[in-house]
Amino acid sequence: MISLDGSALAGALADVFGQDVSAATCRCTQCGDVGTVAATVVYATDMGMVARCRACSAILLTLVTAPGGRRWFGMPGIAAVELPG
Amino acid sequence: MSFITRGFGGRRSERDPRLPPGQTLVSDWPVLSAGPTPDVAEADWRFTLRTENGDHHWTADQMRALGMEDITADIHCVTHWTKLEMPWRGVSLDRIFADVDTDHAFAMAHSYGGYTTNIPLDDLLDGRSWIAFEADGEPLDPEHGGPARLLVPHLYFWKSAKWIRGLTTMPRDDPGFWEQNGYHLHGDPWQEERYW
Amino acid sequence: MIRRATAWHVATVADTRRETASARRIELEVPTWPGNEAGAHVDVRLTAPDGYQATRSYSLASSGEGTRVTLAVDEVPTGEVSPFLVHDLRVGDRIEVHGPLGAFFIWTPAAPAAVSRPTQLIAGGSGVVPLFAMAEAHATAGDPSPLRLLVSVRTPEDLFFRRELAALTTADPQFRLDLVYTRAAPAEWPVPAGRLTAERVRDVVADASLRPRVYVCGPTPFVEAMSQWLVADGHAAEAIRTERFGGSR
Repeated sequence: MISLDGSALAGALADVFGQDVSAATCRCTQCGDVGTVAATVVYATDMGMVARCRACSAILLTLVTAPGGRRWFGMPGIAAVELPG
Repeated sequence: MSFITRGFGGRRSERDPRLPPGQTLVSDWPVLSAGPTPDVAEADWRFTLRTENGDHHWTADQMRALGMEDITADIHCVTHWTKLEMPWRGVSLDRIFADVDTDHAFAMAHSYGGYTTNIPLDDLLDGRSWIAFEADGEPLDPEHGGPARLLVPHLYFWKSAKWIRGLTTMPRDDPGFWEQNGYHLHGDPWQEERYW
Repeated sequence: MIRRATAWHVATVADTRRETASARRIELEVPTWPGNEAGAHVDVRLTAPDGYQATRSYSLASSGEGTRVTLAVDEVPTGEVSPFLVHDLRVGDRIEVHGPLGAFFIWTPAAPAAVSRPTQLIAGGSGVVPLFAMAEAHATAGDPSPLRLLVSVRTPEDLFFRRELAALTTADPQFRLDLVYTRAAPAEWPVPAGRLTAERVRDVVADASLRPRVYVCGPTPFVEAMSQWLVADGHAAEAIRTERFGGSR
């Protein structure tokens, strides 16, 4: 299963946040690593997109899109994101 | 407002009465994962069944010794692809639960790598599910869940947890990973139970 | 750097041309485009008559102000979107694009009076697209800092923007292009075709002591290998920005 990085999430997350958050920083709640959204390890399939911490592999955020447009956004592994100014 | 893209046909749909609603027949076997493929040798694989009354453990050899069966199953992925009449080999959950007592009506499947999915015991027992070691006549490839995965073909295939390492019974139908993230708690393809 | 708003836009295909045997260059006219930095990408969304939608990301080969954007799409044979873009899309067609995206993987020329670090770009195959945009932006700005681009391709026919890259080596005195062929090299090429190795990368890449800003783009295994080698050679992890492509879409 080929992984990508947070660049693959930029568009989908822009639909959630109203802005491009690729350069936003976040802290992993499992290991404390701080990194950019762009640097996360992303698994993207038709099931959904999952971004994992590059340091410890914990799931940071999830994005599921159903055909027809329903969307679910989760941040199980990030306490807060610093939004780019 | 999206508009139709001239000339873009999307996916071909082959109508076949054996397909649940919204499904398309495929001949390959797509791999969909939410994380890296775990690296577990069959010799190191362990399965744990945990109930409120205690734990039961099996190695791969011990599990196979319970009795392997040939299974022919249609599998339906919620992402709309279906494979018909796939050959599998595995051990029925009925044999695994044979000497096990529980008052719980539900179970959470746990996988190497952290994946979880919830299934009612009614959907696991009475010949409805297996711990599968082989698919298409070959040992299960790691990409497809090897050395062993849960096989529950009458539900959408995200319930057939890859890299299965155990089942924990529970009194409530608590949501597993995808179920927390928008997918249906039950997942019956014939009722198109795809999302919340 | 200008902060540019990201939005969905309607793009009209203005021009297409064959880029390589498997790839097509597509020029889009996007009247509402806010401009983009070099390295940005867009999500392209197609809608079928039954409402089914497919969205894929493509890097922009162009940067700057203006309403024209350029993509170079490589066909993934089993893909859903790239075969349509490479074979079926026609001049005059309209598609939806979301962008500009990718605020982290961008390169901007240094401010005129600033002392700036050199830039090292490393491309695997079609990963050259956003890096070509960066090299072109460097030339357009007359940026005086050194910029090197290493491109790994299978054969000379697989190199995107061949002529434009050659033109840049003439037009931009600070631009250096290094090509590595992994399957077949041109006749009389000094180095036989073969896999890119850590040693070869060390030979052509700007030394870590120069503290270059490094950008790596290509398939995930390529990016991972390059990143490991660069860090092993002393480049700081924070100095390396990466963008990974997937395989089968």
